Amino acid sequence: MPKKIFIQGPIPPEKISDSVAKHQSKTTIGAHSMFVGQVRADEVDGKTVAAIEYTAYKEMAGKELDKIREEAFSKYDLVCAHIYHSLGEVRAGELCFFVFTSSAHRKAAREACRFLVDEIKEKVPIFGKEIFEDETHQWKVNQ
Amino acid sequence: MTLTIKYFGLIAEMTGRKEEIISLDSDDYDLEALKERCFSKYNLSNSHSIQIAVNQSLGTSGPLKHGDEVAFLPPFAGG
Repeated sequence: MPKKIFIQGPIPPEKISDSVAKHQSKTTIGAHSMFVGQVRADEVDGKTVAAIEYTAYKEMAGKELDKIREEAFSKYDLVCAHIYHSLGEVRAGELCFFVFTSSAHRKAAREACRFLVDEIKEKVPIFGKEIFEDETHQWKVNQ
Repeated sequence: MTLTIKYFGLIAEMTGRKEEIISLDSDDYDLEALKERCFSKYNLSNSHSIQIAVNQSLGTSGPLKHGDEVAFLPPFAGG
């Protein structure tokens, strides 16, 4: 069963401190690394992005995420790795993506975190509709 | 054979639907033929950078079989 990674709406900032707190009992961990994605109020042709509405091909996303997670564990000496991504509307300034890796030492935690973020952006079928303040929209494409 | 076709993001917007079931008289039908059929029906083109997944896997081609799930995916935008 794939782990639950999708969160409806924005990721509350408290989720980040809660995640750290939950790992304090795991004392083989010496380093956490994290990536937190926040929705940017991009300006396009004089219009400002007010929110992104995320959708996903959930069945495929689950399979891809399992593969990526497995690869991360085989490449890096990790104690654990957690991935959360928003679905639905996330307003500018709110959080949409949280990757949290833990290891005995900093290098594996950092490199695994980077690997997960890059792979997820490239391979997981998540789509983002950028909604402007005037309620028109365009579809986000990752750089 | 029957196929389930799914559309996402920009593609769903262009097709006006998220999912449809296509029933074909023949069992001899491949992904290329399905792509051509959907592209022409909904005015899609290669300029939309569409990737097609068969049963949640990218990079497949060739014959389709009864019950396959085919998804038309626009560029990914996670994160």
